[in-house]
Amino acid sequence: MSLPILLIGIGNEYRCDDSIGLHVIRALKEQKLPDTVIVESSGDGAELIEMLSSVRMAILIDAVSSGGNPGTIYKFDAHRQPLPTQLSFQSTHVFSVGEAIELARVLEQLPPILIVYAIEGENFSTGIGLTSKVEQAMQKVVEQVRGEVQNALKQIQTNSP
Amino acid sequence: MTNKTIKVDFLARVEGEGALYIKIKDNKVSDVKFKIIEPPRFFEAFLRGRKYTEAPDITARICGICPVAYQMSTVHAIEQAFGVSVEGQLRELRRLLYCGEWIESHVLHVYMLHAPDFLGYQDAMQMAQDYPDVVKRGLQMKKAGNAIVSLLGGREIHPINVRVGGFYKAPSKQDLGQLAEKLKWGRDAALETVLWTSQLPFPDFEQDYEFVALRHPTEYPFNEGRLVSNKGLDIAVQEYENHFVEEHIEYSNALHSVLKGRGAYFVGPLARYNLNFDRLSPLAKEAAQNAGLHSTCKNPFQSIIVRSVEVLYAFEEALRIIEGYEIPDKPAVEIHPRAGMGCACTEAPRGILYHRYKLSDEGLIQDAKIVPPTSQNQKVIEDDLRHYVEQATELPEDQLTWQCEQAIRNYDPCISCATHFLKLQIERE
Repeated sequence: MSLPILLIGIGNEYRCDDSIGLHVIRALKEQKLPDTVIVESSGDGAELIEMLSSVRMAILIDAVSSGGNPGTIYKFDAHRQPLPTQLSFQSTHVFSVGEAIELARVLEQLPPILIVYAIEGENFSTGIGLTSKVEQAMQKVVEQVRGEVQNALKQIQTNSP
Repeated sequence: MTNKTIKVDFLARVEGEGALYIKIKDNKVSDVKFKIIEPPRFFEAFLRGRKYTEAPDITARICGICPVAYQMSTVHAIEQAFGVSVEGQLRELRRLLYCGEWIESHVLHVYMLHAPDFLGYQDAMQMAQDYPDVVKRGLQMKKAGNAIVSLLGGREIHPINVRVGGFYKAPSKQDLGQLAEKLKWGRDAALETVLWTSQLPFPDFEQDYEFVALRHPTEYPFNEGRLVSNKGLDIAVQEYENHFVEEHIEYSNALHSVLKGRGAYFVGPLARYNLNFDRLSPLAKEAAQNAGLHSTCKNPFQSIIVRSVEVLYAFEEALRIIEGYEIPDKPAVEIHPRAGMGCACTEAPRGILYHRYKLSDEGLIQDAKIVPPTSQNQKVIEDDLRHYVEQATELPEDQLTWQCEQAIRNYDPCISCATHFLKLQIERE
């Protein structure tokens, strides 16, 4: 049996669109996907590195602010490319998601598969709830991540003796 | 060029985002503005009308780095309003939880945020290429702090096990015993950290600060004590608002806190150390002295050593608490809400964190006031920048900017507490 797939939703509940990662992860939790571990995180870089170093595959979901259209979904394979610097992950921690991934890369602690979903937020001020375009994006991300997990599980089964 | 303006639009490695503006005229600093952008009072408003039981979990969300501090100031203030005192092992568990948070927060700052400044790296990623083992040690130490918060708080970040009166669930002696090995390793790593930080190059910069911290009759302060300073302040926490005021500053949405009639004051590790050196453990004192520190340190750049000394103390204190721990009969004392006002100060990693609550007889919050450490240090940060830049106006722009950012990071400003995003800018024209 392989190690479980780790799904991490990152965000701050009280920073409007910053909480998108948490909303996505909660929706995924309800779907009870097999062989997955679901974690809510505030984006503490050191904590992320630790979590990433112990799994075979991880999917991170976070909000970003890059000046793009609100609700835009960006997907990155962390092994193919460093995270683009123009994407600013809206963390209250400056040692945050992007930096954690790059530091884990330097320390050779990235998991074999690491996918990052970043959703362009609109409103990061104090408050609760998502803006409408970000909320619309949420459902799409939930579906995409679910597909991602199902494919990975199929792959694992196929490769198993 | 005799006139220039330094403006740094984005300060990396500070919690949140902030802005710094410095104007230099005839080689004299004519203006310094350390700006905080966003209005900060959401949480105080958000707490109004909520039940006292919700307050620890709500305030924990103000900051991802120091949720325990927010919870501790919250529960102590509400307990004061309700006339409750939490003693014995429950009090010890609160100190233990605070040890975990100091370790997490200080280690992050020392290794990931501040050390790169001294060693000439843009960030921890660059530093890790040349010092992978040092960075790994830092991550491992932080993990030990996380383990405490996780075990006691219910999870690593935003602990959920804290309540007014104590905890929802108290750990068994066996639970805590599992931490011992990690913490012993952490204590040794902290000793190495003190030595390592003491060998960094420090600018020669000292100021005549007024340091303010809690002071307890027997302990290095976490949760309790009188508010004292090196310039004669010695008051009960309940008198806080008679002595400290928050002033609105035109260029910043955060409020500047000042000592009435005296102005800027300095809170945080350096203040605690200077006012409580005699309360440190023998090992922490010895390590500080071996690192070249005296019982007073007035160079804010050396705060990185003092943080490391506090990390060492926190590991030792955690081990002491675990060794003497017996599970309490109940995880919390009984609470009977009553109408009233309560306030408390506890020592967040960055300095004193003041909370005041007005509660109804049903335990509903009618009014809340929160003064985070960063808003208290804001004025002294500006003063440091003014004095520091004044002696270095001839430096090339990139170096001066670098040093200004480093000077701000001496305070480990947590702008997400003071407001949210702090954009630090230095601009020259």
